[in-house]
Amino acid sequence: MIIKGKVWRFGDNIDTDAIIPARYLNTSDPKELAKHVMEDADKDFPAKAGKGDIIIAGSNFGCGSSREHAPIAIKAAGLQAVVAKSFARIFYRNAFNIGLPIFESEEASEKIREKDEIEIDGDKGIIKNLTRNEQYSAKPIPPFMQELISAGGLIEWTKRKLKAS
Amino acid sequence: MTITEKILAAHCNRKEVSPGDLINAKVDLVLANDITAPIAITEFKKTGAKDVFDKGRIALIPDHFAPQKDIKSAEQCKALREFSREHDLSLYFEVGRMGIEHALLPEEGLVVPGDLIIGADSHTCTYGGLGAFATGVGSTDVASAMATGECWFKVPESMKFIYYGKLNKWVSGKDLILHTIGDIGVDGALYRAMEFEGETIQTLPMHGRLTMCNMAIEAGGKSGIIVPDKITEDYVKGRAKRPYKFYTTDKDARYVETREYDCSKIPPTVACPHLPSNTKPAAELFEITIDQVVIGSCTNGRIEDLREAAEVIRGRKVNPNVRMIVFPATQKVYKQAMKEGLFDIFIDAEAVVSTPTCGPCLGGHMGILAKGERAIATTNRNFVGRMGHPESEVYLSNPAIAAASAVLGRIATPEELK
Ligand code: SF4
Repeated sequence: MIIKGKVWRFGDNIDTDAIIPARYLNTSDPKELAKHVMEDADKDFPAKAGKGDIIIAGSNFGCGSSREHAPIAIKAAGLQAVVAKSFARIFYRNAFNIGLPIFESEEASEKIREKDEIEIDGDKGIIKNLTRNEQYSAKPIPPFMQELISAGGLIEWTKRKLKAS
Repeated sequence: MTITEKILAAHCNRKEVSPGDLINAKVDLVLANDITAPIAITEFKKTGAKDVFDKGRIALIPDHFAPQKDIKSAEQCKALREFSREHDLSLYFEVGRMGIEHALLPEEGLVVPGDLIIGADSHTCTYGGLGAFATGVGSTDVASAMATGECWFKVPESMKFIYYGKLNKWVSGKDLILHTIGDIGVDGALYRAMEFEGETIQTLPMHGRLTMCNMAIEAGGKSGIIVPDKITEDYVKGRAKRPYKFYTTDKDARYVETREYDCSKIPPTVACPHLPSNTKPAAELFEITIDQVVIGSCTNGRIEDLREAAEVIRGRKVNPNVRMIVFPATQKVYKQAMKEGLFDIFIDAEAVVSTPTCGPCLGGHMGILAKGERAIATTNRNFVGRMGHPESEVYLSNPAIAAASAVLGRIATPEELK
C-alpha cells in the first residue's frame, strides 16, 4: 500500500469532539459528517483540506468518545491516512475496523511540517518526506490487524468467520 | 494474574493470558446507544448473519438525543426500535423506561461482577466498579459481536492505583479520579487496565466506585476495575439478573506501574478547560464566574449525587446570573429523588429538573452553551465545544462543588455558604 499526499498538522490530544463535534451526530451519513471534519480543531479545515491529503498529529489522537463517526468523517472527507505519535485506543480499533490507514511514528510526527509532501509505504512501514528528503519509520502493524486489513475490515472478517462456523 | 487477566482468560477458555496476547473472547453483554447503534445495525446487516447471537444480551439504549431532539435523532432512535422489534431483543429501553446507559445497566442488574462487557460508548468502562471487565469499542465491533457473541481484544497491561487515608469533607470518588487523571495525564493509562484499590476504596460506596471507573477512559485507559467485596455484594444482591462471579487479583500479579495517593491530601478538585487532566483544587478557582451548572450524567447522576447537591442547595437560591439544570440519570433515580423531596429543594432553589437524558453532557440538547459561556458540570469531559459553542468552557467537579457554585455564581465550595 503506497499513500502519497500533502500534510495538515495538528497537536497532541486531538479528541473526537474536535474531529467530529457531537452536535452533528444526529446523523451517521458519511457525506454529512465529512462536511464538519476537524471543525473544532480548525474551523477552516473542511474547506481547505482536499482529497488525498494526510493528517499528521501528536500523541493520543482520537481520544474521548467511541464514535466511529470520527474515522468515518476523516475517510469520507477524502483524507487518505493519519500519522500520529500515538492513537487513543478506541480510535485505533475503529480505524482498522473501517479501513482508514493509520500509522504510529514519533519521528514523523515531530519532523513533518504543514504542507510537506509525504509518501507512506504501508507494507514496509516507511514514511518518506518528499519535500525535505527525509525518511522515517512507522511502528509495524500487528499481525492480527494486518489480517483485518487484508480481509477488508472487520465486517468482511466476521462474514468469513460466520461462513466457516 | 490480575482480576482483568482472569476475567479475560475465563472468557476465552484459557487457563492463563498475559498482557499483549490477542484473544477472541465471549461477551456477556453488548450495548449501543442512539448515536452508535445505527451504524452497528447497518454493519450487522452486512455480515450476512441471520440473527443476533443472543436476544437477551444486546442492550440498545436511546439516551443521547432522547427524548428525540429533532427529526434526524428521531430517525436514529427509530432504527434502534425497529431493529429491536425485528430481532425480538429484550433489552431495548424506550423513553419512559430508559435512563443514561451506564447508570441504567448496573441499576437494573443487567451487568454483573465477573462479566465481560463491550459497548459502543467510551464510558462502558463504568461497570468495572462492579468487578467486571468492561470497555468501549466502536460500532463495527458491536456489529460483529451482535453476530458472533465474540470480540477481539489485546490483553492490557495493568496499572495499580492505591488510595489510603481518610477522605476530606466534600471529597468523593469524583475528586479521587480527577486528582488521578491530573497526576497521570489524559494518556497516562493509554491501552491499560486501571485497577483501583487500597483502604479508601474498600470503604468507598458503589456510586463512588462507578464514578471512578467511569472516568478511566479520560486517562486513556482501556478499563477501570475494582476487586469486588462486601459493598459489591450488597449492591448486586437482589438486582442481578444473571449469576455473577467474584474474581480477585493474585498476590503475585504483575503491574507495569503502581501509584499511591494519600486521600487526606486530596481536596475537592476541579478539571479546568479543555482537558480532564487540567485539574486544580476548587479553592484556587474562586475567581471563575459561571453561567450554567449541570448536575447529572453517567458520572454523577445517581441518587447519591442528587442528594449531595440537594444537601448543599437546600434553602438557598441559584445565583441570578446562573441557570442550574439537574438530570436524574434514570427513571428510578428520578422517582426516588421525587419521593425524597429533592425536587422540591431544587425547584425552590430555582433550578430546573429534566427527564433522564445525556442532554448537554455531550452538547446534545437541553442546556447548550452559547459563545463565551462557562459551565461547571458533574460530567466527565470538558473538551473544546463539548457542551456547545467551540468558544464555551466546561469545568468538571463533584455535585457538592457544582451546587455551591450555583449559589455563588462562581466556582465555590460548600464551606463558603454560610
Ligand atoms: S452522560 Fe455523557 S458521558 Fe455519559 S453516556 Fe451520556 S453523553 Fe456519554
